[in-house]
Amino acid sequence: MEGMMQPDAKMRTESGAESSPRGPGCSLRHFACEQNLLSRPDGSASFLQGVAEKSRERLIRNTCEAVVLGALHPRTSITVVLQVVSDAGSLLACCLNAACMALVDAGVPMRALFCGVTCALDAEGTLVLDPTAKQEKEARAILTFALDSVERKLLMSTTKGLYSDAELQQCLAAAQAASQHVFRFYRESLQRRYSKS
Amino acid sequence: MKETPLSNCERRFLLRAIEEKKRLDGRQTYDYRNIKITFGTDYGCCIVELGKTRVLGQVSCELVSPKLNRATEGILFFNLELSQMAAPAFEPGRQSDLLVKLNRLLERCLRNSKCIDTESLCVVAGEKVWQIRVDLHLLNHDGNIIDAASIAAIVALCHFRRPDVSVQGDEVTLYTPEERDPVPLSIHHMPICVSFAFFQQGTYLLVDPNEREERVMDGLLVIAMNKHREICTIQSSGGIMLLKDQVLRCSKIAGVKVLEITELIQKALENDQKVRKEGGKFGFAESIASQRITAFKMEKAPIDTSDVEEKAEEIIAEAEPPSEVVSKPVLWTPGTAQIGEGIENSWGDLEDSEKEEDGGGSDEAIILDSIKMDTREVSNIGSQDAPIVLSDSEEEEMIILEPDKNPKKIRTQTISAKQEKAPSKKPVKKRKKKRAAN
Repeated sequence: MEGMMQPDAKMRTESGAESSPRGPGCSLRHFACEQNLLSRPDGSASFLQGVAEKSRERLIRNTCEAVVLGALHPRTSITVVLQVVSDAGSLLACCLNAACMALVDAGVPMRALFCGVTCALDAEGTLVLDPTAKQEKEARAILTFALDSVERKLLMSTTKGLYSDAELQQCLAAAQAASQHVFRFYRESLQRRYSKS
Repeated sequence: MKETPLSNCERRFLLRAIEEKKRLDGRQTYDYRNIKITFGTDYGCCIVELGKTRVLGQVSCELVSPKLNRATEGILFFNLELSQMAAPAFEPGRQSDLLVKLNRLLERCLRNSKCIDTESLCVVAGEKVWQIRVDLHLLNHDGNIIDAASIAAIVALCHFRRPDVSVQGDEVTLYTPEERDPVPLSIHHMPICVSFAFFQQGTYLLVDPNEREERVMDGLLVIAMNKHREICTIQSSGGIMLLKDQVLRCSKIAGVKVLEITELIQKALENDQKVRKEGGKFGFAESIASQRITAFKMEKAPIDTSDVEEKAEEIIAEAEPPSEVVSKPVLWTPGTAQIGEGIENSWGDLEDSEKEEDGGGSDEAIILDSIKMDTREVSNIGSQDAPIVLSDSEEEEMIILEPDKNPKKIRTQTISAKQEKAPSKKPVKKRKKKRAAN
């Protein structure tokens, strides 16, 4: 006997009309999300955030496996289907966020929520959070982290490029600060969803 | 995953309701569901919602060499994919029939009707033409995929802008979107498919069937028409036998519906155009309704990273140096090196084979599969120049062509080999392990 749950997520990484360069100091682009928008799957969410396919799939799968309480659903397959609507940078982080929201929408029991944050290090060593596609192309190193919501611990990290270990720790600390923001967004959107007014 | 079968009572209920001219969602026989069209930030990206059926359309272009028999025409390529999220039954391996049918119908509707002027896609005759690629993804399946897909395809094509190209003599200049505004495609007309579902051997007819109605229908008639009342494609499937006046009546209904849908498309395109020109916000982010309880938006947020550097330095200062020291690799011979030492063979004695003595370097002791295969060991006995015949068993004769000074190990697969002793250069007795029982 096999049960199957299908949380699916559509992600759009877009930042609307934002084409001006980001000023100094880090900021996350604006977020929007919509839940339960598809009628066929059990849960669905659309998350917008201002090769390698298989490797990305594996990274997302490993993060989900670390967090989902699989023991509560034996002999069950949970399929997460992600569709990229448009890519404006920080794709992996957006995928992770969308997957988490979709799992929440489907009601899959998890031990923590998770979020993805991308940092880019440019040639001078300046740290940029949530880079656009152009910033990613010009960056010296791009680091993506998946952090959990309970203690902001690191669930998954994937990096590309050259950086020192001091820079790694800096990026990680910055990502932890950014994840506060993402988790607040999750909480508020879920509160709104389940609110009575 | 297998589709849950439709129960008999649900089927009977649906058919009885249709006989009484009632539809489950309260529509009339000839009513379409709500159509909603939203555009993304890039040109050529759109999402069309027909009720709950959702299709994502994306157009992209590329300069390629033309087909040999059509040297002055551009190339059009259509692809519809049924994403696994659209319905549990759409697994990557299993969708072929429906997929082929839908793709074929879309191609006939859009390509054979010549709605896009392919001659205008030619840049240099015989050498460079534009290849326009339309990718459609079905995101949610609630019936009538073909209508939604055809609307998405034509909307995406109308919305798309290709880079501007200028030809001066032999020189072809391709301008980036920053240098010159991209140019829309030249579209003659907009063919739109309208689906009619027939029930009870053609007695009852419904326009725009939803998923439940599709399951109980007997046959489907699809008419692709444009607003000038020209039929581009017509297809009847399911084996129902239709009378001539039924088909004519359907085409009249289709004409009316196509006019309405075309107006809707024009309005959506104009709205998007206006918003982009005025510099307002566009894209999917804006189309998420803010009043809905399931949608939520948050503005751009600055993150305070001022103390990041100090925190990082603290962490590094407190961190311990890595505990395990990785040993440096030992080079046995060009191409053969050893890092660390292998672990002890935990299989114990097999049959009568003697334990292997350490014969030499192993290539990459890290690769330790537990698959047991033959291990042949070549050893160097003194310095012989003549080829050595290793084994006298029934296994194939192995002849070493150029024995080196250092003992080499040749193996087909690695095993956890016993390697405690430091490898020695003295001659080692030949050992042959019998083929282990698999």
